[in-house]
Amino acid sequence: MTKLLELEDVEARYGPVHVLHGVSLAVEEGTIVAVLGPNGAGKTTTLRAVSGTVRRAGRIVFNGKALSRTGPDGAARLGIAHVPEGRGTFSELTVWENLRLGAYTRRGSIAADVERILTYFPWLSDRRRQQAGTLSGGEQQMLALARAFVQRPKLLLLDEPSLGLAPVLVTEIFRIVRELNEKEGLSVLVVEQNAHLALQAAHSGYVLEAGKIVLAGTSEELRADESIQRSYLGY
Amino acid sequence: MLRIRTSEFAIPVALCVAGAIFLLVGSLESTQFARLTVQGVAQGMVYSSLALALVLIYQATHVINFAQGELAMLTTYIAYQLIQWGLSYWEAFAATLVIAFVLGVILQVTVIRPVQHRSVIATVIVTLGLFLLIDGVASWEWGAQLIILPSPFGSTDLSYNVGGVLIEHLWVGTSVVVLLSLAVVWGLFRFTKLGLAMRAAALRPAAAALAGVRVDVMLAIGWGLAAALGAVAGLMAESSNLFLDPGFMQQPLVFAFAAAALGGLESPVGAVVGGIAIGAFQILLTGYVPALGSNLQIPFSFAVILGILLVKPNGLFGRRQVQRV
Amino acid sequence: MRRHAPRLGSLAVVAAVLIVLPFVLSSYHTYLAAEVGIFFIAILGLNILTGYTGQISIGHGAFMAIGGYTTAVMSRDHHTNLLVTMLFAFAFSFVVGVLFGLPALRLSGVYLALATFALALSVQYVPLQWSTYLGGSGGVQSSTTEGNVWLYGVSWATAATLFAVAWLLLRGRVGRAFRAVRDSEIAAVASGVEIGIYKTLAFAISAAFCGAAGSLYVMWLNGFAQPQEFAVGLSLSLLVGAAVAGLGSLWGILAGAAFIGLLPQVSASVPVIGNQHGLDVVYGVLVVLVMLVLPEGFAGLLGRLRVFTQGLNRESTAVKLPESSSQ
Repeated sequence: MTKLLELEDVEARYGPVHVLHGVSLAVEEGTIVAVLGPNGAGKTTTLRAVSGTVRRAGRIVFNGKALSRTGPDGAARLGIAHVPEGRGTFSELTVWENLRLGAYTRRGSIAADVERILTYFPWLSDRRRQQAGTLSGGEQQMLALARAFVQRPKLLLLDEPSLGLAPVLVTEIFRIVRELNEKEGLSVLVVEQNAHLALQAAHSGYVLEAGKIVLAGTSEELRADESIQRSYLGY
Repeated sequence: MLRIRTSEFAIPVALCVAGAIFLLVGSLESTQFARLTVQGVAQGMVYSSLALALVLIYQATHVINFAQGELAMLTTYIAYQLIQWGLSYWEAFAATLVIAFVLGVILQVTVIRPVQHRSVIATVIVTLGLFLLIDGVASWEWGAQLIILPSPFGSTDLSYNVGGVLIEHLWVGTSVVVLLSLAVVWGLFRFTKLGLAMRAAALRPAAAALAGVRVDVMLAIGWGLAAALGAVAGLMAESSNLFLDPGFMQQPLVFAFAAAALGGLESPVGAVVGGIAIGAFQILLTGYVPALGSNLQIPFSFAVILGILLVKPNGLFGRRQVQRV
Repeated sequence: MRRHAPRLGSLAVVAAVLIVLPFVLSSYHTYLAAEVGIFFIAILGLNILTGYTGQISIGHGAFMAIGGYTTAVMSRDHHTNLLVTMLFAFAFSFVVGVLFGLPALRLSGVYLALATFALALSVQYVPLQWSTYLGGSGGVQSSTTEGNVWLYGVSWATAATLFAVAWLLLRGRVGRAFRAVRDSEIAAVASGVEIGIYKTLAFAISAAFCGAAGSLYVMWLNGFAQPQEFAVGLSLSLLVGAAVAGLGSLWGILAGAAFIGLLPQVSASVPVIGNQHGLDVVYGVLVVLVMLVLPEGFAGLLGRLRVFTQGLNRESTAVKLPESSSQ
């Protein structure tokens, strides 16, 4: 399988504060990769480094192309959809407008994709005219996913999808992500504090601590690992 | 554009309805009142156009463009020049809108973009500098000449007689032109992909960028659009065959500020309604209370606006801003 | 003002230059230098308000008008000593500042800016409306006038005094409260800072400073207070001056005052078709250029020079938070 995304020794900082100290990871095409780790480890920053939302150094190659000076809008045009922490939905716009925005980089009709996405989130159809801000947290997360999907990206960057959501919803979201991966071939890089759910859905994962990768492997390997079991899986 | 949620806007909507009823009843009672009302509304349209320009820019960048009026004035002079060079009025009008758009874009890219991320106050000062600059340029170039911009609506003597009320062609023409422009802008924002992208860029630039929107380009287009709206305001303000003077947009700018503030700086609807209200209010006041004289017009209007702002600090249509620590 | 005293070296240099200047300059240039002193006081006041509590005012020309007219009227009617009128101007402006600062508490950010802009626009109409007492468009003439050296001496002496007052004020508890209000109102309230009192105080103090400046300004105008002198352009100039000054640096405020005091005169001599309008164009261009090059004003430039000469990493790394737009 080809490597869709590859990070090599990536550093990132917010002003004078360095958050990533040389992160190397890869996402193979058609897989779901999880990034785990405690708060403040730099997981969100890693995703931001890929989408170009933060100042970064090091090598990032996406789909064979090196991303050096690409900003977030450039990343979107290359086929990266980043669903940020807090979802990034436009509360003042309607559900339908949010979806349309997902198609901004697309030319031509999006009707087919909207049909497709409605099969995953059928309830969206009834709520087209509703203001996105009035949706519940879980619904907003799903809207964000839907919008990302309408972008028809090659890679989905998903930041803490479980944040602030009830467990049953989170499970549902991960189920949908898994389905999108299997049926639509969407590659996913997901950052998640809930290691249990993340490893269930993902094929492989990395553990990030204090800006560095400390562990990597397939999800089976990680689940079996004792230190992970102790720190993140609550055993 | 922004959807109005009636629950939040019960009071301002009620006020608007009350105001409209007041105007209507008054107009039915007295032809003088009706006449002044129509004139006021037409005048108010000019303020609305300019106020909308201010709101467009403010929504996207949280900057008040103090040079908006002067820019409108400059583009009006450009239209005059085009007519001198042989274009018909409406040809010049169309050309001026395009030129205004381009000017707005150029200004945003060259002078505003470098400062807008660094400092709000610096950006405001830059617009103040532009104010002085543009005023100087226009005065220099055309100040000494006695200029009249030919009106597209005929002379001011032409009136429609509507049930005994003499309504000048001018007022109708002005209102129609501004309303059309507002409709076009509304349509742009509501129905086109570009408009949606611009709204997204104004609401949440970071999230919009992640969706592939080039935020900086959207901002430049916003400035261009605002400049075009200003051009409409300037041309319509001067549609009454009066002498063109470089300072002619300074008072309207003041009233446009009031309209924008009154309506809530983030509300395009509020700006338009505010403009009309202020126009009507101003004309009615000077018509019925001549004691108020030209000296106190501005201070009085502002006292009223201030009063309203004290009660509703974010403007009548403004949303209360939730501040995160 | 920085929390520690401006280096004594700086102070000494400035003081020395100021003392020597009137002996070196022509009478006319001394007159101009007096104007710079007057603007210094006004910008100092505005700096306290905008720089320290973050409230933007585009209307402080109004307080200069109040101070100016106080001086003119008192002198005309009671032949009061001019310096005494300045004290009255200071006090009266302080009171009006409180009166304006109280309702201003309800307005935030840009709405306050607009409200003060309205104030700036309106103030020139007041003497026109109440022309019997306030002289209408003909203005009010004080009963005495003073020479250029006197003007220079008094303006700069007042400037120095008020600078010291400001410094003392800002280094103590009041200053800390002011900074708390600017940096985060919510946090300040949570920490028990009485926002209302401090914001109003800042307003009143800045108004008083501008009142004193206005008083001197009328004296500088040969004792003649006229509505046109206090048009909106004055308030705009003050804001430009404050922006050019940047925050909290003696040199900055000097630069700002010099900018708005001297530039219009200088640009008059630039050979542009010998025209008032040419002057406006030049001034406008300069304002824009200065802001493009120095968005944090002169004080920002000085700050960066300081960092540079101290050999630190001089790359200006603004903290790039996720909500900023794309690179």
